[in-house]
Amino acid sequence: MAINEETVRQVAKLAKLEIEEESVHAFTKEMDSIIEMVEQLEGLDTEGIEGTYHGLQQHNVWREDKAEKGTDREELFKNVKTRKDGFIEVPEMFENGGSEA
Amino acid sequence: MDFMDYTLEELHEQLVKKEVTAVELVEAAYARIDATDEQVGAFLALNKEEALKAARETDEKGIDPHNVLSGIPVGIKDNILTKGVTTTASSKMLEDFVPVYDATATEKLREAGMIFVGKLNMDEFAMGGSTENSAFKLTRNPWDLSKVPGGSSGGSAAAVAAGQVPVSLGSDTGGSVREPAAFTGLVGMKPTYGRVSRYGLIAFGSSLDQIGPFTRTVKDNALVLNAISGHDPKDSTSFEGETPDFTEQIDQGVKGLRIGVPKEYFNEDAKETGVIESVRAALKVYEEMGAEIVDVSLPHSRYGIPAYYIIASSEASSNLQRFDGIRYGYRAEDTHSLEDIYVKSRSEGFGLEVKRRIMLGTFSLSSGFYDAHFKKAAQARTLIRKDFDTVFADVDVLVSPTTTSTAFDIGGKIDDPLAMYMSDILTVPVNLAGVPSLSIPCGFSNDMPVGMQLIGNHFDEQMLYRVAYAFEQATDHHKQKPAFKGGE
Repeated sequence: MAINEETVRQVAKLAKLEIEEESVHAFTKEMDSIIEMVEQLEGLDTEGIEGTYHGLQQHNVWREDKAEKGTDREELFKNVKTRKDGFIEVPEMFENGGSEA
Repeated sequence: MDFMDYTLEELHEQLVKKEVTAVELVEAAYARIDATDEQVGAFLALNKEEALKAARETDEKGIDPHNVLSGIPVGIKDNILTKGVTTTASSKMLEDFVPVYDATATEKLREAGMIFVGKLNMDEFAMGGSTENSAFKLTRNPWDLSKVPGGSSGGSAAAVAAGQVPVSLGSDTGGSVREPAAFTGLVGMKPTYGRVSRYGLIAFGSSLDQIGPFTRTVKDNALVLNAISGHDPKDSTSFEGETPDFTEQIDQGVKGLRIGVPKEYFNEDAKETGVIESVRAALKVYEEMGAEIVDVSLPHSRYGIPAYYIIASSEASSNLQRFDGIRYGYRAEDTHSLEDIYVKSRSEGFGLEVKRRIMLGTFSLSSGFYDAHFKKAAQARTLIRKDFDTVFADVDVLVSPTTTSTAFDIGGKIDDPLAMYMSDILTVPVNLAGVPSLSIPCGFSNDMPVGMQLIGNHFDEQMLYRVAYAFEQATDHHKQKPAFKGGE
């Protein structure tokens, strides 16, 4: 086994995802086979090879530091679920009412 | 009006001569959608009122005789932003999302006078090879309705194959334009990384993603790529060099060209032998036309799938962090803490395959696994890229099958993620290397279309179109029409 159920729970926590307890076992098995597949890379000798992290070898891209008009604020609010006083309104965020925040 | 009978240049000529109007073309698109989409399921949203209005304006203004795309209907994959028209990436997360701006590719097509018919189904966030991962509907292959159209751009492929629109846009991160093009008998392009701006393309694997067109013919495809290419200040990874006219050398033939045949891409033990047989027959055609066929090797090909799934998933896990239930997108109800909003919104909003990729990516980037996974995959990517550099010092273009089989049955691989991932085995190295690649129809196996993949050197799309065009002129595979097998 490349990973176990405990690792899956931990990774889910990092990824802000919830894997329902009854499906953790099946999900772990599936992830394990995927990870085993990607770990075929272990057989490749990469000693001294630089990694490629970009699609195109282009260096720093600059533009003039000149103010330009952005997207209209009202437009940007169109996909906001709930708003109040010109702000995005969100549900309750602090279990204790925020006194310790 | 049957879009399957005309090239873009022929439609354009009819528009210029006023034998047909832009309104009539748009009406023909909706009539065809009405007649076929209940079976095919390509479209997620239609833009009828706006499209007819735009077509009327085009007719009143008059067709620009120098602009072949003016007044032509087009369908857009649902991960490419279209101002004022829902763009969901086939995810519950973005079910009601209406963009307030256009993607650059959308804007360029709008400027060219194309008319937006609607948005096309896909695998959720472009993750998949069958379009079965859509949160909303199933898309079927017009050649055989019991089979998948491929993915992730399955709606874009099915719509053109079914004659609903003459052109569509898709996106290709690991084969998502080429595989569905192969499965539905179309021409599909994955341009060089950087050729087309990614601004307004919902990000999946940012170092791999490219937008590309689906068309019935090679020249049509080049004409659409002409319109969407070019540097964009809004995408700092877009290429700053010149954009050539991709049709310029299209009719120069293949005499004297060196066509490389990578041995790793021809699995002689494949279950469906008809695919390799069709491609070998195509190579014979090239040989008869005076091309030289050269055996070559891309020795690191077998590491393409593992490297791709680590890199694409890692980039996706990072890109998809923005979906937090706060500013836009799906928000869970009955939440009581910040953690609750994040976790519940994401767990309810994302589908199973998206969660798998986020999990794999998060794992590969986590401390303790970063070196063995993400760094190792990046190094493998360098070696894969070098393989291509080496062969392109010797040959002009590479030819291989696009896929190892023709379109598979709906439901055939959906419960086996690894089998689904392996469908990308011949397409992902191209994205890792950033080179351009075109899939064109080259024959049939079990009555289903076979795709031939042409791979070119960086920014040499002209060569791909030239080599593809020569084959198309010599054969008639692209003229075959889908049977809608299994339909009423």
